[in-house]
Amino acid sequence: MSSETRDGRRDGRIVIVGASLAGLRAAETLRDEGFEGELTLVGDEPRLPYDRPPLSKQVLLGKAGAEDCGLPGRRALDARWRLGVSATGLDPAGKSVVLADGERLPFDRLLIATGTRARPWPVPGEAALEGVFTVRTSDDADRLATALDAGPRRVLVIGAGFTGSEVASACRERGLEVTVAERGRAPLIGALGGTVGDWATKLQRAHGVDLRCGVTVTALKGSGGRLTGAEFSDGSRLEADVAVVCLGAVRNTEWLADSGLAAGPRGVACDAGCRVFTMYGIVTDDVFVAGDVARFPHPLFEYQLIALEHWGNAVAQAEVAAHNMVSPGPLRRPHLAVPSFWSSQFGLSVKSVGVPTFSDQVVIAQGSPEDRRLVAVYGYRGRITAAVTVNRAKWLEHYQRLIETAAPFPPGPGAADRLADLEPVPSDVPDPRVLTHGPTVALTGHLPDRRLTLIRPGG
Amino acid sequence: MQIVVDLNRCQGYAQCVFLAPQVFELHGEEALLYVPAVPDGQDEHVLRASAACPVQAITVGEQAGGDAGVE
Ligand SMILES: Cc1cc2nc3c(=O)[nH]c(=O)nc-3n(C[C@H](O)[C@H](O)[C@H](O)COP(=O)(O)OP(=O)(O)OC[C@H]3O[C@@H](n4cnc5c(N)ncnc54)[C@H](O)[C@@H]3O)c2cc1C
Ligand code: SF4
Repeated sequence: MSSETRDGRRDGRIVIVGASLAGLRAAETLRDEGFEGELTLVGDEPRLPYDRPPLSKQVLLGKAGAEDCGLPGRRALDARWRLGVSATGLDPAGKSVVLADGERLPFDRLLIATGTRARPWPVPGEAALEGVFTVRTSDDADRLATALDAGPRRVLVIGAGFTGSEVASACRERGLEVTVAERGRAPLIGALGGTVGDWATKLQRAHGVDLRCGVTVTALKGSGGRLTGAEFSDGSRLEADVAVVCLGAVRNTEWLADSGLAAGPRGVACDAGCRVFTMYGIVTDDVFVAGDVARFPHPLFEYQLIALEHWGNAVAQAEVAAHNMVSPGPLRRPHLAVPSFWSSQFGLSVKSVGVPTFSDQVVIAQGSPEDRRLVAVYGYRGRITAAVTVNRAKWLEHYQRLIETAAPFPPGPGAADRLADLEPVPSDVPDPRVLTHGPTVALTGHLPDRRLTLIRPGG
Repeated sequence: MQIVVDLNRCQGYAQCVFLAPQVFELHGEEALLYVPAVPDGQDEHVLRASAACPVQAITVGEQAGGDAGVE
């Protein structure tokens, strides 16, 4: 059956499920590396691949249309695109993907790139009110931008992670009144910890955001099917005609429930070469995963399985997965890229390298909590594990090198670092359960599957 | 023609802003905003901007999959 050639695995049938950033870049890499077989991309969205980061930035600012965010191709693909249809199952023994319209797609190798979706407001009746939005897809952003164009009297943003903060920023820039509600102590705290979170608190307030931390939204209120406001856990009420639900992401793994793979709410677990594990922790050799839906072990972070909702990770991991799909064993590569992320909000560029939540301490190496620029360096048990910059991107490379070489923490002062303040303080990374927004990096421990209990001997 | 900028790489050097100001814009000192769908008449400027970017952060191309018969 298998049509692998002797010099590698250049022909046969490859199916990619998820036709967005990771799926697209993997497909291009497969062709770049000489894959000559049949290539099929399956995507449940009716559109060709588009880029999501602009949706909460340029699009909400009215500088680009939501439908204009299509991703440029890096090369011709010669692929079959099955768009607007979802994969509903995977038969690992029969090696085929089952589609919602009944078609079965046989494969020799499969790439799972189904990403995440927005976590919806938990009360369906309230979520369905006109004026309640999430921001994940192009259509979501189009609808929200239209609602903002109409000049709502107040926008309520629920959850102050990156997406919520970017939405709030766009609203303020449009001159709209905005309230941000966050259960944690500060914005961005889930991704960047409390010290940088406190800085973000000041930033948002300085830009006129009505920021309410330590509270939850207990109900969305409507009248005649339209949102009118919200109630909070502290008993207060708010009138708002738009609510943007920014509760983090849900991994699209339900379609794999009966596949026997290590797939669950935390993602699809794989080895360092993007090969997916079965639910028994045994590695497969024909099923690969990349992008937001993947959980993979990273040596810099003690081989814990990490899941990253980062654009750069989707691209880098897709390239490694694709390479490994067409390469014989000894030529395969591990996915070892140091995680990196950017956001822009309130006219600032916020960037990180490493995993800030994998830390116990942080120092502010440049800038101060009052400045519109900042370099924060994170450490874990005496070595550098992450750095976050605000309008100081050119420093990231330096810190990336220190992370890669496990340089000691706290760092020696760099040329521009302020010597006086290199005093480490706790990084104050909260338990994800106390947040409204989900963290964008999830450290999920060693358990490959929710259905198995692993009992580890003490000590 | 579409563009995407790898903003992990971009350091806000702004060469692209000088070469194609209708497409690239700095928001504050360092945050780059751009129009993903290149407006009519801007192709040349965008190609020059992409070539000039010191960290090769700008990918230019036609819509991915646009050439294929999409089912
Ligand atoms: C508003 C917003 C702003 C962002 N901003 C930034 C940023 O500033 N910086 C940054 O680093 N990252 C940012 N990101 C994250 C970045 O966009 C993601 O990391 C990236 O999109 C991940 O790509 P992916 O291909 O893995 O997953 P996705 O883009 O989620 O794509 C998965 C695709 O698979 C489809 N799919 C799911 N299930 C099925 C199924 N069963 N069958 C068929 N198809 C299926 C989905 O509909 C989707 O099209 C942002 C994301 C959003 C939503
Ligand atoms: S030229 Fe490159 S580095 Fe400079 S702002 Fe433009 S994209 Fe960024």
